[in-house]
Amino acid sequence: MRPVSPTHEPAGREAIDVDHLSPDLTRALYRDMRTARDLDTEAIALQRQGVFPAYVSVRGQEAAQVASASALDPARDFVFPTYREMASALAYGVEMVGYMSTHRALWHGGLHDVAASRFGAVNAVVGGPVPHAVGWAVGERLRGDDGVALAYFGDGASSEGDIHEAMNFAGVFGAPVVFFCQNNQWALSVPNDRQIAGGSVSARAGGYGMPGVLVDGNDAGAVHQATAEAVARARRGEGPSVIEALTYRVEPHSTSDDPGRYRDESETERWRDRDPVTLLREALLAAGHADEAHLAEVDARAAKEAERIRDGVANAPEPDGSDLFTHVFRETTEELTRQRRTWQEEVEL
Amino acid sequence: MTELIERADTAADTPVVELSMQQAINRALSDLLTEDPEVLVFGEDVGTLGGVFRVTEGLQKEFGDKRVFDTPLAESAIMGMAVGLAMNGWRPVPELQFDGFAYPAIDQIVNQVARMNYRTRGATPMPITLRLPSFGGIQAPEHHGESLEALFAHTPGLKVVAPSDPADAYSLLLQSVRSDDPVVYMEPKARYWERRPVQLREPSDPIGTSRIVRPGRHATLIAWGAMVHRCVQVAELAAEDGVDLEVLDLRWLKPIDAAGLAASVSRTRRAVVVHEAPLTAGLGAEVATLVTENCFRDLAAPVQRVTGFDVPYPAGPLEPQYLPTIDRVLLAVQRTLEY
Repeated sequence: MRPVSPTHEPAGREAIDVDHLSPDLTRALYRDMRTARDLDTEAIALQRQGVFPAYVSVRGQEAAQVASASALDPARDFVFPTYREMASALAYGVEMVGYMSTHRALWHGGLHDVAASRFGAVNAVVGGPVPHAVGWAVGERLRGDDGVALAYFGDGASSEGDIHEAMNFAGVFGAPVVFFCQNNQWALSVPNDRQIAGGSVSARAGGYGMPGVLVDGNDAGAVHQATAEAVARARRGEGPSVIEALTYRVEPHSTSDDPGRYRDESETERWRDRDPVTLLREALLAAGHADEAHLAEVDARAAKEAERIRDGVANAPEPDGSDLFTHVFRETTEELTRQRRTWQEEVEL
Repeated sequence: MTELIERADTAADTPVVELSMQQAINRALSDLLTEDPEVLVFGEDVGTLGGVFRVTEGLQKEFGDKRVFDTPLAESAIMGMAVGLAMNGWRPVPELQFDGFAYPAIDQIVNQVARMNYRTRGATPMPITLRLPSFGGIQAPEHHGESLEALFAHTPGLKVVAPSDPADAYSLLLQSVRSDDPVVYMEPKARYWERRPVQLREPSDPIGTSRIVRPGRHATLIAWGAMVHRCVQVAELAAEDGVDLEVLDLRWLKPIDAAGLAASVSRTRRAVVVHEAPLTAGLGAEVATLVTENCFRDLAAPVQRVTGFDVPYPAGPLEPQYLPTIDRVLLAVQRTLEY
């Protein structure tokens, strides 16, 4: 017996509308989604060229990421990502050469300044950073500030105990957290119906005393509106909420993965046809928020920006060997100092 | 015995008070909450109840439920929450109620707490002190008598300390909480209650300094936590037979005071390390190696280890047969003297 997943079938949702949003906002969403798409393409190419050991594509999830991150205030909020949030980072204003350096394996977590950008280090223990968001948010309320923490996680991570513990803590403490699940329907090779008992992550919110909504993750306008509402609610002191953005991982799990071994790629093709960037582009034109000339200009700038970031990360210097030791402690130990000397004498040579 | 444990370098300006370790830790937490408005104390039952060992008794009343608060029962989230609070500028002092309940939080402790400063290249320090009632000796249920020090000491990014008496419990906790590095502070439950005259002092030794509890000439007993008291008992008995044992309280299990160990064992030429944790890959192996590396020419005998056995921590009636007893330590002393 397999539970039924309430997934949106892509058929029948051929268009989105953005009439409820301001033209400035929708143009910014399009610009960032377009840039993220181009950067994603560049990153895959860098992996093929051997510059990146591996890469995890965000293709198809640009609306879920950009439209949620852009509902936050980078001056006072804080984002807790996992490892597939490149488009969120870009939309949030993170320094992207530093951020992408994690994919070149220059430094685990990335080289962007986590404190200054208010965007956490890339974290491969999916679910692990979600309780951090709750702690950060509780700390915000304790100080009397009104920042909101947004924690990204996926359908796979939704099975992790930390997610459940974090949601319960957030409910008990009334913490200003937005739990943002990008349900891309595949946790590496495992589909939703083998992952999510009951079929819905957002439906679990009620059990933790908070509202939960399921949105079309490929509809940038819908994602933005849902996130903005959850953020506003948290900022008003009304506590946490869950957003489940239903989307699809059209690329392999990572560049090392072979999805032909576990899924029917004709379904993937149907989701590729519901491309969130294309949907937003058409909606912008339909709403009169932009014309073809404007969009062509945006596309050109996006491609240039993606190339700039690509070149930056491809040419970034490798870390110095002494960085092995520098940040293990704030106050280092004699033993570590001794080992650093050993490194200098025996390894660095 | 009290005299032996009293510190030679005690400052004269603070009064001698009669305190248990549990009270000394409570006093340290109170002083820390007073001196630093960023300090937060939280965990299971630490607020209204004052902790199952009453270590946090009265703190919520004095400092309010924003500074001292109960959490739901989930150790991983308690430590994850500490990470987030630290990222937001707080100085968290979480408690995990018992040693064995640290295991559900190991992912957060090892993968997150210990590495976050490293991962972010210093952008997000983790000034977290995990208070962990530890070790055995109180005939508690399963999972209430574990010794996790080797696991924590093996984790890059963590510092680990285990006080053995009320005076040290006070000053080492001040030092741990004021440190900008994460510290696992292991409280020996079996030593919570004994009251003794102590002088509460500001920490004076750097992190990673051991302490000679009892000077001696014939061999060095090396221990931490509740085993320090046991080793002092052993030394007193041995003294009746004319054997003069030095007792070294390691205190910091990471960083380990290699120089202090070497100074003592170079003099006594013999060492016995005593711990409650199982033998294999226990911290005693690290201590023995450090002693051997640094004192090889001075050693008159191989370093002896007296430890728990490589078995799960046993139930009450078997506890005295598992933990290093006075007799077992004496036998090890005899082996090293007769080698």
